[in-house]
Amino acid sequence: MSDTTDTGGPVLAADGTPLKRSLARALRRQKMRALLLIAPLLLFILISFILPVADMLYRSVKNGIVAETLPRTVVAIADWDADSGELPSEAVYAAMAADLKEAAAAKTHTKVGTRLNYENPGISSLFRKTGRKAKKFDIEGVASWKDELIDINKDWGDIDNWRTIQTYSPRVTSGYFLNAVDMRVGTDGAELRPEAERIYMNLLGRTLWMSLAITVCCILLAYPVAWILANLPMRQANILMILVLLPFWTSLLVRTSAWKILLQQQGVINDILVWVGLVDDSARLVIINNQFGTIVAMTHILLPFMILPMYSVMQTIPPSYLRAAKSLGATDWTAFWRVYFPQTVPGIGAGSILVFILAIGYYITPALVGGTKGTFISNQIAFHISSSLNWGLASALGAILLAVVLVLYWAYDKIVGIDNVKLG
Amino acid sequence: MALPPYATTGQRVWHYTFRVICGLIFFFLIAPIVVVIPLSFNSQDFFTFTKEMLSFDPAGYSLKHYRDFFSNPDWQDALWNSVKIAPAATILSVSLGTLAAIGLSQPHVPARRAIMATLISPMIVPLIISAAGMYFFYSRIGLAGTYWGVVLAHAALGIPFVIITVTATLVGFDRSLTRAAANMGADPVTTFFRVQMPLILPGVISGALFAFITSFDEVVVVIFVGSAKQQTLPWQMFTGLREQISPTILAVATILVAISIALLTTVELLRRRSERLRGMSPG
Repeated sequence: MSDTTDTGGPVLAADGTPLKRSLARALRRQKMRALLLIAPLLLFILISFILPVADMLYRSVKNGIVAETLPRTVVAIADWDADSGELPSEAVYAAMAADLKEAAAAKTHTKVGTRLNYENPGISSLFRKTGRKAKKFDIEGVASWKDELIDINKDWGDIDNWRTIQTYSPRVTSGYFLNAVDMRVGTDGAELRPEAERIYMNLLGRTLWMSLAITVCCILLAYPVAWILANLPMRQANILMILVLLPFWTSLLVRTSAWKILLQQQGVINDILVWVGLVDDSARLVIINNQFGTIVAMTHILLPFMILPMYSVMQTIPPSYLRAAKSLGATDWTAFWRVYFPQTVPGIGAGSILVFILAIGYYITPALVGGTKGTFISNQIAFHISSSLNWGLASALGAILLAVVLVLYWAYDKIVGIDNVKLG
Repeated sequence: MALPPYATTGQRVWHYTFRVICGLIFFFLIAPIVVVIPLSFNSQDFFTFTKEMLSFDPAGYSLKHYRDFFSNPDWQDALWNSVKIAPAATILSVSLGTLAAIGLSQPHVPARRAIMATLISPMIVPLIISAAGMYFFYSRIGLAGTYWGVVLAHAALGIPFVIITVTATLVGFDRSLTRAAANMGADPVTTFFRVQMPLILPGVISGALFAFITSFDEVVVVIFVGSAKQQTLPWQMFTGLREQISPTILAVATILVAISIALLTTVELLRRRSERLRGMSPG
């Protein structure tokens, strides 16, 4: 029988390897097993979710179409100095003619026109009109393409149009982002658009303040409810809890349609007001298709997300603290404000960030009850994807929204921790 | 909570005022959902209570909106599409999600926080952004406008709910049980199905119900990723509310409320069972 203290060597595991290495191997194996269990889902999320979002982000700067459709022009125009006040050289015009001939044959000239039209309204008709004649261009047979093109359409003699083509010839552009923050590339770099064309920053501002208003409404309504749920006896609290959880489980569209029906001019709320006599039948209130409608409906929809985190925090506060404060001479208000309220701040914080994150990206409810004044930035993104087909701008707006949400998500993770998210 | 006998008048007044305020907020929460139910039995094509309804005249009530729902091919197709998409998405997210939740609850997971943040992100990222990205990307790989494209997208949206509910159940799971099973000669697969699975089953089922309702109620992503062939019930409701608002929507809404009541009851019963199994007070 050997005594291990005598040998002086490393402690050995049962199979003869040093214990340290054996433990490290076991740990490594454990980590591998955990990762193997997670890997399928991670891969799934990567393909079905992360890659699509990354693809959208890439689209917000992608600008291959000009270089692909007008390859010769892009090369030829690179040296032209737009600020010289002179039109591009003869070579640029010849390159453009050759490019247009090919593009018109492939019917891609309208696409590049549409793309450039986002930056310089009117340029798409130039491409469309010239494209009609471009198929019959005899590239070698014309002495001066400069004169010929300007002859076909005098807009080819406009320096601004050439400046746009030159500015948007690189494969990556900041144009969509500038557009999304109401700026454009002017003669001296980026500049603000004219007052009348500034839409998106206003919209983003409105989205933010309305989300904030919804969050504040939710705090005000959720606090008493969470308090009463946390302080009633378990059995009664559980029954009242159902009233909170039922809206949480009810379809979003059901709740939105309910509000649409309630808030209409011929709807239940107006009927009751008329019946009570508060409002005259001829002067029914307009409480839908405006900001008021959106705020009311979304407060109702997001309220459970505020109540649940507040409730779980308030549940942990012992009622003896309040009694102690009162026995030391505090009034009801002081006891609440100095002792109880500070302890509920984490719950308010968690609920507020959650509600704000959810509110800022809402699409369905503002689209249905918001009219034109109560819509959010999401509605504009949807419009650019499905109606105006300006996907680059939609992606840039989406990227800005995503950035705001991710900052809040990060804050939520720091303050609450995503592990602590609870449902129901 | 009860008012002490020595309370002053001011305290009494405040006590009852507070209860009234709470009552009003509960009313605000529940009334919009409840009001839809009687309105769906309206015999007129109105969205408000008619005189006949208020005087409880049977002539004011009818099932015609329900008849329309069950006979109109548009609504029936939509219902059928929803019934086909939601279970497939649920199975996909529950099987992958449970596996990953078990992995995440192991004692040593590298980059646990980052992985968790990634897996929860579909819940946090605004739906319109997910929808736009999926629309662009799925069209590129030929999945847009197909059944499987919608299923894939809905499964991704359901995963955070499965992860959250199953990891929450696993927090209370006693690891010595799996060690005991291994000690008695069970291989890991047997241990999982005979020991661990029955204990975490309530959490898995709750997660599945969350994933199901996420897919069943989802409208933004399906509008972008799906085509007319995948028109689901919420999509049909959305177009109905936007264009020709028909009272059949009220009947559909009532049916959906009934479904959510059934799901909520199931989840609550499961939660209590799970807490009892873990030796916590069921409440």
